[in-house]
Amino acid sequence: MRLCIGGIVEPGTTLANKTGGWRSFKPEYHYERCTKCGLCELLCPESCVTRGDEGYYEIDYDYCKGCGICAHECPTGTIEMVLEVK
Amino acid sequence: MAELKAELKVVEGSYAVAHAVKTCHPDVIAAYPITPQTHIAENLSQFNADGELGNCEYITVESEFSALSTLIGASATGARTYASTASQGLALMHEALFNAAGMRLPIVMTVANRALSAPLSIWNDQQDSIAQRDAGWIQLYAEDPQEAADMTPQAYKISEDRDVMTPAMICLDGFILTHVYEPVALLEEELTDEFLPPFNPEHILDPKNPETFGAFADPSIYTEFRYMQELGMREALKKIDPVAEEFREIYGRYYGGLLDEYRLDDAEIVLVAMGSIIGTIKDVIDEVRRDGIKAGLLKIRSFRPFPLDAVRKALKNAGIIVTLDKNISIGKCEGALCTEIKAALYNTKLDTPVVGYMLGHGGRDIPKEIIKKIIDEAKKSMKDGITIESTYADLKEEFV
Repeated sequence: MRLCIGGIVEPGTTLANKTGGWRSFKPEYHYERCTKCGLCELLCPESCVTRGDEGYYEIDYDYCKGCGICAHECPTGTIEMVLEVK
Repeated sequence: MAELKAELKVVEGSYAVAHAVKTCHPDVIAAYPITPQTHIAENLSQFNADGELGNCEYITVESEFSALSTLIGASATGARTYASTASQGLALMHEALFNAAGMRLPIVMTVANRALSAPLSIWNDQQDSIAQRDAGWIQLYAEDPQEAADMTPQAYKISEDRDVMTPAMICLDGFILTHVYEPVALLEEELTDEFLPPFNPEHILDPKNPETFGAFADPSIYTEFRYMQELGMREALKKIDPVAEEFREIYGRYYGGLLDEYRLDDAEIVLVAMGSIIGTIKDVIDEVRRDGIKAGLLKIRSFRPFPLDAVRKALKNAGIIVTLDKNISIGKCEGALCTEIKAALYNTKLDTPVVGYMLGHGGRDIPKEIIKKIIDEAKKSMKDGITIESTYADLKEEFV
């Protein structure tokens, strides 16, 4: 591999940097409480919450750093932060 | 100085620099006025208002940090960029200086050297640019307004070289050079066009072919990016002399490349300095030589890259070396030139004593008598051995 001066790279290279590995707590959904309000998607600072087929939300664990904002803000307590086990 | 082809005009130093910048056809200028750099920014602003800068975008910013950040973006799009600043302004740019150098953006900036606060001083010394020594910028020091003006197209040519791609600071002493009126050969646009090719970088920010500049580098590759900056500096080291020669061929003026010498061939006492103090030293050398004292001068033009081999060669016959610094590393009680010159001689066969003098800080005048006194002391030290490593030459001890 040859590096380009100036740290110049093609777009999209950060996709390879799976920041999910930084996580120590993992958000998990209990969909029975979910009202599909979408606050978790709106407030996720990493944009790794997306709306699934049935309107429920899902997390991309490759990039979720486990900040817990979604769980903190969820009005119905749908999201629980559980200790990451590796 | 070599023979002058051009007509001389009496102008202020700042005008000479601004005029030189104009002939280089910058695409983007961003500068925030700060004493004693203000007249450079003002003159460029006037050229812009008068339509003399062509398509140049003169961006007025709210701080020096913004000025340099603006140019980082502009330079990455392939624009030739220019800034000027001084003192606190340069200090405010500190973070962005490293970014410009790390992204390998050949921005050229004139630094009107001024002391740093506190206490507040608007007057000249070189603490501001010396404090940015390790930012990764080429640092050139001019002796007079003509040299500062002439360094401008040279700096672009060196910086924009594809093997170099490193930003450059042209340092000239504030007030002493920025505000002096003296005869200057203003750079002819046709000659600059002949001397300086258009800026044509390999990589540019282009929406059609997106790239990221200065991307994240984890520990497995960071060292290599820094080393590549060092390689760029090494290329600059090779190119500063030939570019000065090319400049001589086209414009008929020459000041040395990496360094310059004055009556050095048979000199026993060698003074090493940079900036406007050089003129005073030359006068004193002429005077003491009439009394049979063999004094000579080594003028450092390029402080970064530091011309290690050329300095060693120039100093090999010296009996004693005296460095003159308009800056201090507090806690080491010596100036940057003193440190560098001593370091340059170590690991060689030379065992020449080096004495460092600091003077002219915060705009204190440097009369010829002080240089004479320094040479007298050096003469004594050459015979009896040195008694001090480094000291102030003009300290008023009664005030302390």
